[in-house]
Amino acid sequence: MNLLRRKFLKTATYVGATASAIGTGVLVPQRVLGAYNAAAFDAKDVNGAISGSMGSDQHTASDAIKLKAPDIAENGAVVPVTVSSSMSNVEAISIVASANPSPLTSSYQLSSACEAFVSTRIKMVKTSNVVAVLKADGKLYSATKEVKVTIGGCGG
Amino acid sequence: MKKLLTSVSIALLLALPLSTMATPQQDQEAFQDYYKKRFPGTPFDDFINGVYSIDPASREQWEEIEEFPPYELNMSKGEELFNKPFANGKTYASCFANGGMGIRQNYPYFDTGRGEVITLELAINECREANGEKPLKWSKGPIADISAYMAYTSRGNVIDIKIPDDPRAVAAYERGKKHFYQKRGQLNMACADCHKFYAGSMVRADLLSPALGHLSHFPVYRSKWGGMGTTHRRYGGCNKQVRAKPYKSQSAEYRALEYFHTYMSNGLVVNGPGARK
Amino acid sequence: MASIKIRAKAKGGVTTVKTLMSHPMETGLRKDSKTGKKIPANHITEVSAEHNGNVVMTANWGGAISKNPYLSFKFKGAAAGDKIKITWVDNMGKGDSAEAAIK
Repeated sequence: MNLLRRKFLKTATYVGATASAIGTGVLVPQRVLGAYNAAAFDAKDVNGAISGSMGSDQHTASDAIKLKAPDIAENGAVVPVTVSSSMSNVEAISIVASANPSPLTSSYQLSSACEAFVSTRIKMVKTSNVVAVLKADGKLYSATKEVKVTIGGCGG
Repeated sequence: MKKLLTSVSIALLLALPLSTMATPQQDQEAFQDYYKKRFPGTPFDDFINGVYSIDPASREQWEEIEEFPPYELNMSKGEELFNKPFANGKTYASCFANGGMGIRQNYPYFDTGRGEVITLELAINECREANGEKPLKWSKGPIADISAYMAYTSRGNVIDIKIPDDPRAVAAYERGKKHFYQKRGQLNMACADCHKFYAGSMVRADLLSPALGHLSHFPVYRSKWGGMGTTHRRYGGCNKQVRAKPYKSQSAEYRALEYFHTYMSNGLVVNGPGARK
Repeated sequence: MASIKIRAKAKGGVTTVKTLMSHPMETGLRKDSKTGKKIPANHITEVSAEHNGNVVMTANWGGAISKNPYLSFKFKGAAAGDKIKITWVDNMGKGDSAEAAIK
């Protein structure tokens, strides 16, 4: 398994070299593999999660972001979340679950080839807001949705 | 609400003496009729989707999971296990009709030679033992994966459980039926209370699924389990949830219940393995 | 057996990639019901997607991504027949990789 890690670093170095050669870093994701942002995941609050993953906690709500998540989660352990946007130049997306012990669930670094779209399934510890933050042209935009997590009667 | 309860209890009282005289076929027709009337907006074929056939909000989440459901991992594992030869060189295919492909809809069946209900999981382990292998654990793990794969190959096949003209088969059916309608546990509830008389109602934040179509999608990957489980695993869970002592997986009681329970869904198709909360 | 399933489809110049991974995704906060001890964190930390050798997307994941995780993303510039490669690494130092052809 160390082999695999070494392989990543090799790819990462190559990618890094390409980025600096081109100078704009537009073709490849800014953060390369092998650089896990542990600090962002250690943040205990929403602002910490956002600034940790995006570099700042200043974000503006935007209608151009579509955050799809259920109104009432069937099971808090598997909540489907889809973030999409018509905005251009989106380079990163973070998904935050405000009441989780570690609010940052995930962050995504998109190359210029990527559409502003990511879909995954998250765990939510209780009813709270899911916040999707997008970074485009250096600025942060967000969309928020409350997802209810209930205690089942039988199936839960 | 009171009116509904009164008419339900009257119907129940009326049903009891009649049911001891009705044939399984008549039971099944009445059973399916009941759900068709209770959920007039649900196309008959859709009952195989359980609670998702009657609740649009959870259906949407389920459809999202179905885009790439976790049970696909179990199906692949199951396929590998199914095709892996035993130490003696034979495979599971040698134990089953049609090499084990597309046969889920025939289980459980009553083996008149042995006088027993045979479920798919029971058949899988008997196949192993017949070929010198140790049996698998009953409720989850590899047996659920193999069952999931076999169910998958049977998708779309019409459930066709037979009750041969044998008093022992009818007795097993009746035993299963009795379990379904019998109140049990500290909560003093029957399967029928939640899944027939109150199907579609809420119990806290859960919507009660109709029993019609229940077993079409087993084995099932439950988000709650974070994994795959068999029909009997769920039966045990349900019994525990009404604070009743569960029976063992593949006990005569659960096999009888599965026999009755599946027979009631004759005419619907297999759509296992399924994904549920 | 690969712990990664990939389905990639190109349509109208956009390739949609869907991937399902087999992983317990333990947060490190859960207690073992039998021993009462905390089950150590064991979850995927990074996922990367490559197309023709170029890293198209990377993901940083925490323990709050569901067990047997799912990920979908979209990108341009690929055609049916091209290969997409998904790699994951977890906090325990384990990892896996799989490739699939875009349909």
